[in-house]
Amino acid sequence: MLAAAALLLLLLAAGPGRARRDALREELLLSPLPAGEVAATFQFRTRWDADLQRGAVSHYRLFPKALGRLVAALGVRELHLALTQGFWRTQAWGQPPLQAPAGAELWVWFQPTVTNVDKAWKELSNVLSGIFCASLNFIDSTNTVTPTASFKPLGLANGTDHHLLRYAVLPREVVCTENLTPWKKLLPCGSKAGLAVLLKAERLFHSSYHSQAVHIRPVCRDASCLAVSWELRQTLTVVFDTFSSGQGKKDWSLFKMFSRTLTDTCPLASQSKVYVDISPKNKEKELLEVTPTPASVHEAIVQGDKRTYAVYDLLSPSLFNTSRSLNVQLKWKRPQDSCYIHYQPAQDRRRPHLLEMLIQLPANSVTKITIQFERALLKWTEYPPDPNHGFYVSSSVLSALVPSISAMKNMDVEQSPLFTSLFPSSDGSSYFVRLYTEPLLVNLPTPDFSMPYNVICLTCTVVAVCYGSFYNLLTRTFHVEEPSRGGLAKRLANVIRKFRGVPPL
Amino acid sequence: VVEGLALLDLGVSPYSGAIFHETPLIIYLFHFLIEYAELVFMITDVLTAVALYLAIQDFNKVVFKKQKLLIELDKYAPDVAELIRTPMEMHYIPLKVALFYLLNPYTVMSCVAKSTCAINNTVIAFFILATIKGSAFLSAVFLALATYQSLYPLTLFAPALLYLLQRQFIPIKLKSKSFWLYTMQYAALYLCSLVVIICLSFFLLNSWDFIPSVYGFILSVPDLTPNIGLFWYFFAEMFEHFSLFFVCVFQINVFFYTIPLAIKLKEHPMFFMFVQIAIISIFKSYPTVGDIALYMAFLPVWSHLYRFLRNIFILSCVLIVCSLLFPVLWHLWIYAGSANSNFYYAITLTFNIGQILLISDYFYAFLRREYYLTHGLHLTRPDGTEAMLVLK
Repeated sequence: MLAAAALLLLLLAAGPGRARRDALREELLLSPLPAGEVAATFQFRTRWDADLQRGAVSHYRLFPKALGRLVAALGVRELHLALTQGFWRTQAWGQPPLQAPAGAELWVWFQPTVTNVDKAWKELSNVLSGIFCASLNFIDSTNTVTPTASFKPLGLANGTDHHLLRYAVLPREVVCTENLTPWKKLLPCGSKAGLAVLLKAERLFHSSYHSQAVHIRPVCRDASCLAVSWELRQTLTVVFDTFSSGQGKKDWSLFKMFSRTLTDTCPLASQSKVYVDISPKNKEKELLEVTPTPASVHEAIVQGDKRTYAVYDLLSPSLFNTSRSLNVQLKWKRPQDSCYIHYQPAQDRRRPHLLEMLIQLPANSVTKITIQFERALLKWTEYPPDPNHGFYVSSSVLSALVPSISAMKNMDVEQSPLFTSLFPSSDGSSYFVRLYTEPLLVNLPTPDFSMPYNVICLTCTVVAVCYGSFYNLLTRTFHVEEPSRGGLAKRLANVIRKFRGVPPL
Repeated sequence: VVEGLALLDLGVSPYSGAIFHETPLIIYLFHFLIEYAELVFMITDVLTAVALYLAIQDFNKVVFKKQKLLIELDKYAPDVAELIRTPMEMHYIPLKVALFYLLNPYTVMSCVAKSTCAINNTVIAFFILATIKGSAFLSAVFLALATYQSLYPLTLFAPALLYLLQRQFIPIKLKSKSFWLYTMQYAALYLCSLVVIICLSFFLLNSWDFIPSVYGFILSVPDLTPNIGLFWYFFAEMFEHFSLFFVCVFQINVFFYTIPLAIKLKEHPMFFMFVQIAIISIFKSYPTVGDIALYMAFLPVWSHLYRFLRNIFILSCVLIVCSLLFPVLWHLWIYAGSANSNFYYAITLTFNIGQILLISDYFYAFLRREYYLTHGLHLTRPDGTEAMLVLK
């Protein structure tokens, strides 16, 4: 009895020690890109406090068995596999959170205990090819290299003998649903709960960029770093573009992107969060509005920029309170370009153009207003005496209320200098300013001023030609010509001919 | 048109500025079709060509029947066999007419420029088709539409009336009652359709603004932007004192050839229609190359007159050279600033003289052929020597 109680106590004591040896944290990052697309980056991190190298592990919970046995059997220290379709356009989209080359990329650090690294490498690529249904078995000595300077280990490492590193890339590899399915199967909750619910192949492959990766590395178990834990990171980055696939609107929601919403949390996850990048972009005049309102906002410095993130914690009970599903929506709000436009078009020789606009100018931006106009050819008496000087277009006027940096105190108007009271303002927070643009001098083609009489004559001649021909044709009829004695010229010619002895005309 | 649509969207009357001078029906047509503008203009050109094809096909049948009748009635002189038109020769004329219109560089240019002149041409082509087919109602409706858009097709009332009277075998005598009855009927149809269309425009835009903007503009010629016509430079250099007088003279010039031509060509209304369309194209206040394309499309119909044309070579050369020089001298004057306005003006004058002489040459050839048909091809003087024809 005592032995039984002792055994029970031992079991109970050992229980908490063995509980929670692995943890899953998942997060989704939604960042709107400058050109109007949205990048979604999923990251699933499984951390396992076990030592795979000892080979004494048989109970796999969150860590996938296939990968665990692979690491143990082949003496892998670090494994990084990425399958990518498309190219991240850095110029248009900015810096990516995670980058990978197009095609398949595999680089592996082996343990120093491995004797024949090439044999292990070949076996590893074949096994991975089977796990991920990708043609990684084409990796052989023709496309494998051993870099010496880069690709240093990302996890714990004792020494870096670069002979233990192998790197291969297959640019021809195409990523498709067959690769996504085994990747999803490695997740503890599969694609049934948590963030992985959103990973549906028909939407993910309808994107501009799709990259899925698996990273395995050893990390310190705690701050003292006495023991080693294994970390499996599965990441998936996808860039959606509504302009080509949607109605051309820049509004986003989880449903529009993935055709799913978040309904459940993964019960195996210890942390499940959605981050939405709501940093204000100064180059654009649009503001990002996120619904539902986030519970908290997180600020961080990422890649040298200060970014603001709206955080949705899926594990907090309040999130799924109101609705069964969570559909994060991003709406772009354009501030009104102009609330008021008054336009009075010109009438020749009566009034000029008048265009008035009330605009809200956003900070740190450039607003351009262009107007196209034509000037009509004037009558020659309407030209000024020096027509080749050109014509002036008067300046435009810009009147603005500018917020003042330093508040102005209401001072006695009589005592202060004259120029402070030019434009009185009612409150001290803004001051009035009026600006004028440069006038425009346009050189216009002119008619020839020396020609009025000639023009009248010539045009009337043309009209008279028409009138004359038609008059002729309308009022006269055809007749056979009467023989005539001929005019003076003919008679003279006949006289000369008689002298020459030639028959007369 | 785009400016008019923008103003309409802003809630201002499109006619408050001085740029938009098209009719309200055109605004509403383009309100819906502005995204497909290129397609619309291509379709209008094709429609015009098809309408002309069908019209000329019918017209050829009428001409042949009339010729047969006159031969049987022995109205022709005995030795004019080579002047008689045969079906073989007339077979390809409708196709040639359609191709002349579609392949004319002027048509292509006005299609590319998306000029609303193409729509005017389509309406006039349908009017001609309706007239030749004999439907007085449709003919009146299309003529009303054409007049509503630009004022000048009003003069086409006379040739259409003459053709329909001929078709109904009503003799054109001033004393005949049936003549006046038919004329009144046709005039009533025409005026009623015109009134209906104008009232419809009023209700579309809820104002009579469009009347001074469209018709006042055509008649009073305030805008002097250079075009291929004669008006602009004339009025740019005119003394203010005489401006009104000369505007009236120029406008009367367009309308005034109708009655004399009607009297002379009452047996040949289609030729009258051709000459009238040509006169409108030359002397209207704002001509465009699209108008020229329309009357040039008819030239294959009178291809049997070729042997009587006197100056056709020179005139074709003049027209071709002037068309080529127009853009060059325009560019030199307006953009490069190196040439004078006189260069462009000179080409305008030459081009218009070329057109006028072309029309009068065809007129001359037509009248001469008629003379030969009735008097015989080989004319002899009383003393037996070969005779010459003069107009006296």
